[in-house]
Amino acid sequence: MIKARVTVTLKNGVLDPQGKAIEGALGSLGFSGVGQVRQGKVFDLELNETDKAKAEEALKAMCEKLLANTVIENYSFTLS
Amino acid sequence: MKSAVVQLPGLNRDRDMIAALTKISGKAPVTVWQTETEIPDVDLIVIPGGFSYGDYLRCGAIAARMPVMQAIKAKAEQGVKVLGVCNGFQILLEAGLLPGALMRNASLRFVCKEIKLEVANADTDFTRAYAKGQIIRCPVAHHDGNFFADAETLKTIEGNGQVVFRYADGTNPNGSMNDIAGVMNAKGNVLGMMPHPENLIEAAHGGNDGRGIFASALDVIAA
Repeated sequence: MIKARVTVTLKNGVLDPQGKAIEGALGSLGFSGVGQVRQGKVFDLELNETDKAKAEEALKAMCEKLLANTVIENYSFTLS
Repeated sequence: MKSAVVQLPGLNRDRDMIAALTKISGKAPVTVWQTETEIPDVDLIVIPGGFSYGDYLRCGAIAARMPVMQAIKAKAEQGVKVLGVCNGFQILLEAGLLPGALMRNASLRFVCKEIKLEVANADTDFTRAYAKGQIIRCPVAHHDGNFFADAETLKTIEGNGQVVFRYADGTNPNGSMNDIAGVMNAKGNVLGMMPHPENLIEAAHGGNDGRGIFASALDVIAA
């Protein structure tokens, strides 16, 4: 079994109202010096697969088809 | 003209949509469940609003991957008219049938109120009943209606007249780029919009400004 972590983040230039709100909340808690906050998503997957190359291929397809909306989001993943 | 309404778990505006289509066309639409792979022979397919699959992952993301969407894609390619309202709009975007994406409202709040819409393009299958530039009233009720497209896509859709509705008179409720409230595909047979025209079609609703969209699509403007 291969464990994978997929990270999905908003592309540069895409407005992130939630990130902005978190940024404001950090400021109001006294955390000064926070330049910008961008919110993203993390998915932990367990794959019934032993071949790393096959797992990477499958993960790429999962990201393209469902986990990320590539109009607004980028994705990356790591295997362990 | 025959119509169909798509039903998915979590969509909750289907009854309003069925009532509107029935009243305006004189015929009840057929209903199509999410697992169906074939859609009956109709002229208009409507995906109503709601919260399909609880808005999990992204609004409309999971609904857009259900079998019925493949059937809708095939029908759209054949030229059948497809209208997505609110969550239906989000589903059409996630399915790749329309350009752009809908983000969380700039205010981060769910907005439920009446806004004003400008008919930016009256030369479409969905807006023939209106005049270009006409301002109509329409209710909105959503949390993720903030339209986004990259600069190139925005230029293309603006240039092609694919922006069909804009929030007017400073009533943009969600921060949408260029006040965009509704867009169609390049071919002109698929329209998505955040506002709910099905909730303003008769005197009991306090007006019938939304009727023209269905009357245009169902070819019953004079009726």
